[in-house]
Amino acid sequence: MDKMPKWADVILTPLISLVLAMAISALVILAIGESPWEAMKTMVQGALGSSYGWGFTLYYATNFIFTGLAVMVAYHASLFNIGGEGQAAMGGLGVALALLYIPLPHWALALPVAMIGAAILGAAWAFIPAILQAKRGSHIVITTIMFNFIAAAALNYVLVRLLRPVGSMDPASARFPESTNLPTLSDAFARFGFEWGRNTPANVTFFVALIACLLIWLLIWRTRLGYEIRALGKSEPGAVYAGINPVRITVIAMLISGGLAGLMAINNVMGEAERLVLNAVEGAGFIGIAVALMGRNHPFGVLLAALLFGFLYQGGGELALWTSIPRELIIVIQALVILFTGALDNMVRMPLERLFLRLRRKEAAE
Amino acid sequence: MGAAGEMTGGRSHAAAPAAIELRGISKAFGPVQANRNIKLNVPKGTIHGIIGENGAGKSTLMSILYGFYRPDAGEILINGQPIAITDSQTAIRAGIGMVFQHFKLVQNFTVLENVILGAEDGALLRPSLAKARKVLKQLAQEYQLNVDPDERIEELSVGHQQRVEILKALYRRADILILDEPTGVLTPAEADHLFRILEGLRDEGKTIILITHKLREIMDITDNVSVMRRGEMVASVKTAETDPEELAELMVGRKVLLNVEKAPASPTQPVLQVEGLRMIDDDGVERLRGIDLQIRAGEILGLAGVSGNGQTQLLEILGGYPPKGSKVEGRVTMNGAPLPLSGSGCDAAARRRAGMGHIPEDRQVEGLIMDFAAWENVAFGWQDAPEFNRGWVMDNAAIREDAAAKMERFDVRPRNPNLAARNFSGGNQQKIVVAREIERNPDLLLIGQPTRGVDIGAIEFIHKRIIELRDAGKAILLVSVELDEILALSDRVAVMFDGRIMGERDPASTTTGELGLLMAGVTDTKNTPDDQGIPPEHAHVEGLPQEPR
Repeated sequence: MDKMPKWADVILTPLISLVLAMAISALVILAIGESPWEAMKTMVQGALGSSYGWGFTLYYATNFIFTGLAVMVAYHASLFNIGGEGQAAMGGLGVALALLYIPLPHWALALPVAMIGAAILGAAWAFIPAILQAKRGSHIVITTIMFNFIAAAALNYVLVRLLRPVGSMDPASARFPESTNLPTLSDAFARFGFEWGRNTPANVTFFVALIACLLIWLLIWRTRLGYEIRALGKSEPGAVYAGINPVRITVIAMLISGGLAGLMAINNVMGEAERLVLNAVEGAGFIGIAVALMGRNHPFGVLLAALLFGFLYQGGGELALWTSIPRELIIVIQALVILFTGALDNMVRMPLERLFLRLRRKEAAE
Repeated sequence: MGAAGEMTGGRSHAAAPAAIELRGISKAFGPVQANRNIKLNVPKGTIHGIIGENGAGKSTLMSILYGFYRPDAGEILINGQPIAITDSQTAIRAGIGMVFQHFKLVQNFTVLENVILGAEDGALLRPSLAKARKVLKQLAQEYQLNVDPDERIEELSVGHQQRVEILKALYRRADILILDEPTGVLTPAEADHLFRILEGLRDEGKTIILITHKLREIMDITDNVSVMRRGEMVASVKTAETDPEELAELMVGRKVLLNVEKAPASPTQPVLQVEGLRMIDDDGVERLRGIDLQIRAGEILGLAGVSGNGQTQLLEILGGYPPKGSKVEGRVTMNGAPLPLSGSGCDAAARRRAGMGHIPEDRQVEGLIMDFAAWENVAFGWQDAPEFNRGWVMDNAAIREDAAAKMERFDVRPRNPNLAARNFSGGNQQKIVVAREIERNPDLLLIGQPTRGVDIGAIEFIHKRIIELRDAGKAILLVSVELDEILALSDRVAVMFDGRIMGERDPASTTTGELGLLMAGVTDTKNTPDDQGIPPEHAHVEGLPQEPR
């Protein structure tokens, strides 16, 4: 018997965690002599109060959907992929190479080509830790985190030595051809005569991310591969008994995971920067861990959690801009949300479960 | 079993207060009422059996007695005094000692160190060790509890490790000893020795509570027996005044066939042929030392033995997944075609395609994914089957339908395919596995411990299905540590010891004593030595590396 109804498990628990995190954040803001109410208002206004705010919130959320899905897929195979950062960085390189060296006359053509480039390089970056884990038992947490550093260093080299246009002092690639620039959501709305989110980076990649959520849901819960991934994740001896090859499934799950992380580059590199710069990922790979955790490793949950973190990112930026609350405090707030929704999940869950059990028993008694 | 003759039928001294008295103990876990209004009276100086199916609430009751759980209601009296047992320290002070099913010993400590662990007299170990050595010597003389105090636990056989657990309890001045399924890991001879020790303890005035699901043990050694069913104590009787049939009926609440009815086998052509099978594991230890077996269509070959003598490895190799890093040699053919023993083509999926079914030894780790719903588990291992797939996606509707039908035919309760496997009882979990494997109608079925942790009602059902499969002309390899089960089901019995087949017997003409000797590595079963004559180096401990001899 489930301990509590599904809605309480997936909605109520994270919601209460969130409220708790907000309450503590309010205390912290109060302690430095600012008004939590004003801060909250600034955040909500800045992130959700205008189409301009939404344009940024959705842009960040798109990044987090990809990295969140990446963590989620690996997690179902019981693999903790914390290399999303490096895989997304390499995905950026894939995008840059595809767009700089393959002549593509239209963004609709450029998009799939860039996606392939991003996914291949992201997956390739996950492949080495995957094969080391599957064949040699090198722990994937260690290898993926180390590969983040290698990716950063490699990208640094590539940008400075190979991709930097002659004469430029900026460690970045040349601009991608104009024809490959993705339409922003603002452009898309303008086509239908609406004015929405001018000068914001949210672009059509958001829809790619939504489709990715759907496809990953299909993969995990409807296909044989998904079945095998989940079985391996729950019990390796069980998987072996069932004729599932753990090496094969480990590698495939990590390739999909790395590919998804790589796809994030469509949003930030192709859609926003329109060239490859250093540190383009900006920690989104790590946020993906929290997003997957809070989203309970379900694509729909990942979508919601990504939106929340998009809000926190954008709202936090606004907070730093309009109030005297220091930037660091935004990180504190984000950390509190991660702490309560992720690490301290059971703190809320257990009392809730007890509550529901008591309610149920009372019902049964009557 | 020498105890049968001396049964006293309860040495209750009507006047003296009972060693343990429970009054109206109740305990609920969430909506599950594990214990309901339990009354129990254990007279001083008796052996009291507590018997019941899995999930009947025996372990919960004993955990309450040992201070792991607090009862929701009720009273505990020790020697007539009411007592609140809040933790295991209180229980120990009250004179209660517990021997768990899974020993709680530090493997690389010596016997002496384990005995004083947690009962040291001070910061310095030397005085405690010296004192313990003296006490152990005394106890050894009094109760035949012989164990070398300086031997490391990992060097000891399972039977000896159990003695250390008993010594630990006695060293803490336990007057009441609770043993939870003590014979599950013992050979028949070791079990006999244990019973003799327990009788010695009783004669010295100790009170013993024996939790078991083996009716024979209850009949052999206890003075009184209490039966639990679904959290309630349904009966307490003098052992001399009852019989196994009555106890079984009390346990499950209906009449139970203790012996499997089956016609003589009519085996035909050989299905599985194993020749010279050897296996060296990744530590370089030879686990299988040349196994030769043949199983024909329409017969059940029973493989008896104490666990840890290579049965697991044999099942894994035959099932297509040899242990990681192992080297396998030999020749295995099925229906005349050789089965690959390593590399590509040696996996469980290929074995299934060749017509093999496999009920694994550990259903919770291998046979089922505990977090998967029952319906998902019905496709487990057969996820490639065409009827479960529709192009790119799995045909979940078809799997659910199949699952519902199987659960109906095998009477899996509750009949809810959406419930996760872990929410079924052991017996119902096993029924899901058995239904899945048997209904594939395999030419060869490998079965490991089919009824481990399964209640009597389900055992009867599973045994019937196995016999039916045999009568349908299929070959069956049955591995079990339960001798009764092997004897009831098998058409031929082979005994495995230390990676070898020690011999084959006809179940109709052999005895448990003879098989017990083979299980202990004695091939000369004509001269029956005393059970203590089994040198410890012959008894092997599950999970420990066995030195090549």
